[in-house]
Amino acid sequence: MIPDKRLTEDDVVGELRDGMTIGIGGWASRRKPMSMVRAILRSPLKDLTIVSYGGPDIGLLCAAGKVRKAVYGFVSLDTIPLEPHFRIARQTGTVEAMELDEGMMLLGLQAAAWRVPFLPTRAGLGSDLLRVMPEIVTVRSPYPGPDGGEGEELVAMPALELDAALIHMNVADQGGNAQFLGPDLYMDDLMAMAADKTFLSAERVVPTEDLASTGSFHTQRVSRLMVTGVVTAPNGAHFTECPPDYGRDEAFQKEYAATASSPELWGAFRTKYLEGTESDYQRAVGVEL
Amino acid sequence: MNAAQAPAGAADDMTPGSAKPEATQELPASRAEICVVAVAECFRGDGELLCNPIGTIPMIGGRLARETFEPYLVMTDGYAMFAGNAMPVGVADAEVLVEAWNPYPQMFSVLWNGKRHVMMGGSQMDPFGNQNFACIGDWHKPKAQLLGFRGAPGNTINHTTSYFIPNHSPKVFVDHVDVVCGIGYDRAAELGPVGSRFHDIRRVVTNMATMDFDTPDHRMRLRTVHPGVTLADVVEATGFELVIDDRLDETRQPTAEELRLIREVLDPNELRATEVRG
Repeated sequence: MIPDKRLTEDDVVGELRDGMTIGIGGWASRRKPMSMVRAILRSPLKDLTIVSYGGPDIGLLCAAGKVRKAVYGFVSLDTIPLEPHFRIARQTGTVEAMELDEGMMLLGLQAAAWRVPFLPTRAGLGSDLLRVMPEIVTVRSPYPGPDGGEGEELVAMPALELDAALIHMNVADQGGNAQFLGPDLYMDDLMAMAADKTFLSAERVVPTEDLASTGSFHTQRVSRLMVTGVVTAPNGAHFTECPPDYGRDEAFQKEYAATASSPELWGAFRTKYLEGTESDYQRAVGVEL
Repeated sequence: MNAAQAPAGAADDMTPGSAKPEATQELPASRAEICVVAVAECFRGDGELLCNPIGTIPMIGGRLARETFEPYLVMTDGYAMFAGNAMPVGVADAEVLVEAWNPYPQMFSVLWNGKRHVMMGGSQMDPFGNQNFACIGDWHKPKAQLLGFRGAPGNTINHTTSYFIPNHSPKVFVDHVDVVCGIGYDRAAELGPVGSRFHDIRRVVTNMATMDFDTPDHRMRLRTVHPGVTLADVVEATGFELVIDDRLDETRQPTAEELRLIREVLDPNELRATEVRG
């Protein structure tokens, strides 16, 4: 029997607390769980640590003052390589940063998902990453090195344990079995397993038996074992891309990015798009659901 | 390979004089086209591995290498696929001949496995090839936040890396970078065998010249100067002393076949000119 885990974005926010560490799925400006991010933006939540292959999720949450610390390999809007709101947050020192090699971040999520304290890697050795973040340390391999001598000293990438993860999929059932129909799952499955609670939004929530008709079983990479709650969120990744359902809304993304140039523009953007409900947002961007 | 592709070695046999005279081929090579060929040369000898250039001219250059002298290179479509066909850059609905599915989680497996030669950019680089594109200023409160560490630490310590820098200047080529993202030869050597085991900074291509690190202490060496650029120009645009020895040469011109591939197949919309002018 498939449990019914359906809830709304605002219910998800009700499950979150100030100071939590929250993982956000997707990659840059691609398949981000934006409707849940928007729900956080209009909530009183604060002091969050956000773990993300960062895009407008981090930018928006920084601009709205929700972020105490950002954990990321990059923060980019893809077609706009540098996320302008995030840059302001970094350059004014309003957010703490844990800036990782992209692969180290994968290992941190994998370690948390597998419930081990760290995973070893060469990535990071010799770079300034270890100098500016002394909390990331190295470990000596207990096994002989390639020359038969002392074991190699490698980076011990710490587990990135998450209080909650937010991910967006194309299709799901009410229990949280879900499909991605685009080209890449990114690290969404690892995020889901690294978190105490995972909230999954989807373009469509369908009966389980219908999943087989929307894509091959290879696309069914998220199971309900990993999922706490399911949100029906058509156009929920807007303005990031969610192929094959829709591409990125480049015009809207440009409008968003331009608001970093002045607090007045950002204020007006926030009033116009981000203070109402998700339905208000979708109407404001021209979608009738 | 599809039928439209040139057979391996075709470009080697083709001299400018023997090419079919077409209007586009009569124009001399632009600086951007010189850069494309210099990028392609970085991948010569790589055989069958993932050629993974990032950026417009790097992507055109990598694809040019595969269409001519390195036919067995594996390349991406810029996203999650290994694409076997000669895709034009910047064309959203370009046809993709999928060789394999390589989403990001798999990409990290490939790079840690080592069968990859990446070409990255850089905002700063020092004489030993330490590279920065994370930020300018103190990392804790940067003057300018840039890309972040991205994949540079893991790439440089796991497999071959080259760089393409379209704006050769003393602000880019500096004695000391603000944050070491991609590690250079001195940093790799300090680590001992674990650092140098897979570390290989092959070449740096800029809008003015190409450099390598094939010197006794792996200090950056000026290898070729692009046609139309003088040695004095390069020296002036570099914020540290380059090694200059008797191997210094001029960057080679594209062949007629290379120009045809660049102009008609790999970059019909001339996006290369947006990265390097002139």
